Amino acid sequence: MLAFEAPVTFDTHPDRYKHWRLSFDGPVATLAMDVAEDAGIKPGYKLKLNSYDLGVDIELHDALQRIRFEHPTVRSVVITSLKDRIFCSGANIFMLGMSSHAWKVNFCKFTNETRNGIEDASAHSGLKFLAACNGTTAGGGYELALACDEILLIDDRSSAVSLPEVSLLGVMPGTGGLTRLTDKRKVRRDHADIFCTTPEGVRATRAKAWKLVDDTEKSRDFPGAVARRAAALAEASDRPRQANGVELTPLSRTIDETGYHYAYVDVCIDRKARSATITVGGPPRPQPSDPEALLALGAAWWPLAMARELDDAILMLRTNDLDIGMWLLKSRGNAGDVLAADASLVAHRDHWFVRETIGMLRRTLARLDVSSRSMFAILDESSCFAGTLLELALAADRSYMLLANDPAAGPHVTLSAVNFGMYSEVNGRSRIETRFCGEPEPIERLRAAAGTPLDTAAAVETGLITAAPDELDWDEELRMALEERASLSPDALSGLEANLRFPLFETMETRIFGRLSAWQNWIFTRPNAAGERGALKAFGTGAKAAFDWDRV
Amino acid sequence: MDVTYQDRIPNNVGLAENRSLQRALEHWQPEFLNWWDDMGPAGSRALDVYLRTAISVEKNGWANFDYVKMQDYRWGIFLNPAQPDRKVNFGVHKGQPAWQAVPGEYRSNLRRIIVTQGDTEPASVEQQRHLGHTCPSLYDLRNLYQINVEEGRHLWAMVYLLHAYFGRDGREESEALLERRSGDQDNPRILGAFNEKTPDWLSFFMFTFFTDRDGKFQLCALAESGFDPLARTTRFMLTEEAHHMFVGETGVGRIVQRTAQVMAREKTDDPQKLRALGVIDLPTLQRYLNFHYSITLDLFGSDLSSNAATFYATGLKGRYNESKIDDDHVLRDVEHPVLDLEDGRLVTRPAPMLNALNERLRDDYIKDTIAGVGRWNRQIEKEGVPAKLEVPHRAFNRRIGPLAAARIDPDGRVVSEAEWAARQDEWLPGASDRAYVASLMGRVVEPGAFANWIAPPPKGIHYRPLDFEYVRFA
Repeated sequence: MLAFEAPVTFDTHPDRYKHWRLSFDGPVATLAMDVAEDAGIKPGYKLKLNSYDLGVDIELHDALQRIRFEHPTVRSVVITSLKDRIFCSGANIFMLGMSSHAWKVNFCKFTNETRNGIEDASAHSGLKFLAACNGTTAGGGYELALACDEILLIDDRSSAVSLPEVSLLGVMPGTGGLTRLTDKRKVRRDHADIFCTTPEGVRATRAKAWKLVDDTEKSRDFPGAVARRAAALAEASDRPRQANGVELTPLSRTIDETGYHYAYVDVCIDRKARSATITVGGPPRPQPSDPEALLALGAAWWPLAMARELDDAILMLRTNDLDIGMWLLKSRGNAGDVLAADASLVAHRDHWFVRETIGMLRRTLARLDVSSRSMFAILDESSCFAGTLLELALAADRSYMLLANDPAAGPHVTLSAVNFGMYSEVNGRSRIETRFCGEPEPIERLRAAAGTPLDTAAAVETGLITAAPDELDWDEELRMALEERASLSPDALSGLEANLRFPLFETMETRIFGRLSAWQNWIFTRPNAAGERGALKAFGTGAKAAFDWDRV
Repeated sequence: MDVTYQDRIPNNVGLAENRSLQRALEHWQPEFLNWWDDMGPAGSRALDVYLRTAISVEKNGWANFDYVKMQDYRWGIFLNPAQPDRKVNFGVHKGQPAWQAVPGEYRSNLRRIIVTQGDTEPASVEQQRHLGHTCPSLYDLRNLYQINVEEGRHLWAMVYLLHAYFGRDGREESEALLERRSGDQDNPRILGAFNEKTPDWLSFFMFTFFTDRDGKFQLCALAESGFDPLARTTRFMLTEEAHHMFVGETGVGRIVQRTAQVMAREKTDDPQKLRALGVIDLPTLQRYLNFHYSITLDLFGSDLSSNAATFYATGLKGRYNESKIDDDHVLRDVEHPVLDLEDGRLVTRPAPMLNALNERLRDDYIKDTIAGVGRWNRQIEKEGVPAKLEVPHRAFNRRIGPLAAARIDPDGRVVSEAEWAARQDEWLPGASDRAYVASLMGRVVEPGAFANWIAPPPKGIHYRPLDFEYVRFA
C-alpha cells in the first residue's frame, strides 16, 4: 500500500449496494444480482453481463452476513439475477487481464471464502440456498450456483451453464468449480471433461442429465418453480420462526499510517520489518450469559464484536498490505472473562444468535489458516491466550511463550471446550486435532487439561507452543527469529506454510484451496495465460492467444 | 564492576554487567573444566607450568607470565578494541554499518561459521593430550601446554560469541562443542584433519606449522567479518595463533637443523645411517610434511563452493587482508583460476571468483607456507647439506573437491591406483616411518636437556634461560 493511497475497505450496507438487491418475503430472502457496469472497484473495465469484481463480491459477502444476523427468520435464500437472460457471467475478464498476479490470487481467495461461507451457512446455520439461474450461467456464475444447495436452470432453449475458463481464457475454473463438480455434485469425470472444454456450455436437458443442475423449468413456470423450491428449502430449515435480528452496526475503525485500529483488535504495522502485530483483546468486562442479555448487547457482544473486527483486519491486511508478510499474533485481557464468554457460547450454542456468532468466529479463524502470511503467536507477559483467543496461537505457524523467572507470574494458556471442535478449520478438524495430526494421546491429555491454566513449562510439555525463551533471551530470540523469517522467499513461505498448516485431513474446501493455490496460481503466472499474447490478455481483443505448446 | 568476575574470567566484554552471558557461562564453565579434566593434557593436574595469561588487550596485558596449574588457568574473553563507525567492507552490504548484533537473516550461517571454527579448538587439545608423556624438553613441554590453554581460550572466545549473540541455540551449540571428541567415529569433530591422530612430536610440530596456519588464514578471513563481535574476537585470537605457528616452525626447524648437522658431520644422506644415529632423516620429514600439508589444504573446503560465495556476498567472511586489497570488494563478474580434472589430466580453468574464494584463501596459505618451508631449507643450507624440503603440488593427496577423484603424486602427476598403491609409502608416512618416529619419543624433563633428535632453541621463553624450570613437577 502506498503511503496515503486510500485502502480498499470491505465496509458496505444494503442501502449502498450497487450490484445486488436484497429483498425478503417471509422466510425467503432473494439476493438478486444486478451489476452496475460502471461501478467497478477499480477503474479500467466495465462490469458487463453481470460479471463481478471484488466490489461485487464484497456486497455479496455483506448480504450473507446481514441475512445471518439481521434476518434470523430467513430460512432460505434465492440467488438470482435481475438482468434479462443472464444470471451471471463470472469474474470480469478485463479486470483479471489487467490485475496484478497478487490481486487475482487475493480476489480468488476472498470469493472462495465467500462461497465456502454459503456452504457453511447451509451446514451450520440452517440457511438453505437456491441458485435460480434465470439466464446464462457462465464461469464464476456457475461456480456461485455450485455453492448453493440446489440449482434450478431456466429452460428457454438458449440459457446454459458453462465453465468456459479453459476454452476462452486459458485458465481453470478456480473458484471451486472443478472440485464442486466432482466432489459435491458427483458429475462423472468424462462428462466434466466435455463440459469444461465446451465454451457455450450445456443447456437444460443435458445439464440435468449430467447432474450439472438439479432441475430445469420452462421460462413461463420458472418464477413459480423458484418459489416452490425456495419454500420447500425453507420448510426444512431449523432457523427460528420468530426472532428479532441483531443489527451489524458499522465497525469502529480508524486507519492511519501505523495500521488499523478497532475496539478489540489493533493492527500495528512495521513497514520496515514488513510485519504487522495483531493484538486481540478479551472482553472489557464480564459478559452476560443469558441469551436475552446477549441479544440486547447484539453486535457489541464481545465474541461477535471481536470476530467482526478481526475478520475485517485480516481482509484489510490481505488486500492492502501485500508486503507485510509476517503477522505477529498477540492477545490481551482477562482469561476468566474469555472463558466465561466461551462458556456462554457452549451453553447456548443452539440459540440462533449464538450459533451465528460461533459461525462468525469459525469462519474468521479459518481465514487466518488460509492467509498467505507467516504467523507467529507471541505469548508475552500480559497475554491472554485462553479458549477462543488460544485459537489464534493454534492457528500460528509458530508460537513463542515467555518463560518467566517466576512461572506463576508469567503467561498462562488455558484450553476450554471451544478448542475441541467448535472452530473447525476448512479441513473439518479442530486446530488441536490438526496440530497433533489426529494422534489421540496428546489430544486427550489436552482435553483433560481443559480449564486449568498451564504455565509455560506445561504449555511446552503438552506441545501447545513452540518455544519458550526466558526473560534474558526473549527480546533477542524474537528479533532474530523475525528477521530470519522476513528474509526468506515469500513464495516459498506461502507454499511451506500452506503445506504444514493442513496435514493429513482433506475436505472439499481444502482441495479447493489447495488446487486454487497450486494449479490456478501456476496457470496465472504462465505466459499462456498472463503473457502479452496469453489467453487472458487476448480475450475480447479479436486476437488469438499464442501458446507455447510444450506440456509442462 | 563485579571484581570476582573480572578476577575469575579476565575480559573486556562487560561480563560483570551482562546477566545473560553470566548465566550462560556459569552453566558452561563447570562443563568446560570437566572436559579439560577428561580430555585436556593427560597427567598434568599437579604440574606448575610457566604460562602466559592474557588479562587485557592493552599492549602488555596479553602476556603475563607466571607459574599456573592448568586447571586454574584464567581463560579470558577478549575482543580487539572497537573501531568506531566500522563498516561492512565487502559484499552486498558493503558500506553499511558493521553489525553489532546478529542479523536474523544470517543467524544460521554465522552460527555455523562460529561453531566450525570453535570445534577445531578443543579438537586440537584432544589430539595432543598424550604428548606430555614424550616431550623432548621442558621448554617444549611448556610450549605444548601454552598452546593447549590458548586453544582452550579460543574455544572460550567462540563460546562467548555463541552465548552472547545466539540465545538458546548458542548455548546448545556451546555444549555440543564439549561433547564431540576428536577421532571418535560415532561422535567426531566436524573437520577431517581434526580427527587425525597427533601421535608424536614431529606430528605435533607439523600440525602447529601447517594446520594452525590454516587457523590463521581462517581467523584473518573472519577478522574481516561484517559481524563486528566476530571480527574483533578473531583479530585478538590471531596474536595467540602466531605463537602456535612459531612453535611449529621452530620445532620442525630445530629437527631439520639437528638432522642437517648430523648429515654434515657424518657426510651421509643415507636414511638408515641417520636413523641409526637417532635423528629423523629428511625423506621422512618430507613425507610428514606432505601429509600435513595435503590434509590441511582440504580444510579450506571445496574448490568451488556456494557457501564460500554466500559467506562473502553476505559480508560474513572476507578474504585474507580484505581491507588491503585494491578492488571493488563485491567480486561479481570476476574470475579466478581453479584446478580441475579433465580426461585424467589436471587443468586450470577460470571460475567465478565468489565461488572460488576457498581456492583464493588456499592460494594465500600456500604462499605463506612456501616461505616457511624456505626458512627450514636455509637451516639445511647453513650446515652445507645439498638437500631441500619441498611443498608438494596442491593437488596431491586431496580428499575433498574435484581433485579427490584422482590419485595425484607430489609433482602433480595423475597416477593410476596401482602406482599410488605401490608408491604411496614414498610420499606419505608409512607404518615404518611412524614406528621409527615413535621409537624416538622418550621423555626429557631435566631442565636444559633436549632429546637427541631436536636441536635446542637459540633462546628461552620470556627472557628465561634454556635451563629454566619451565614446568615444575610436584
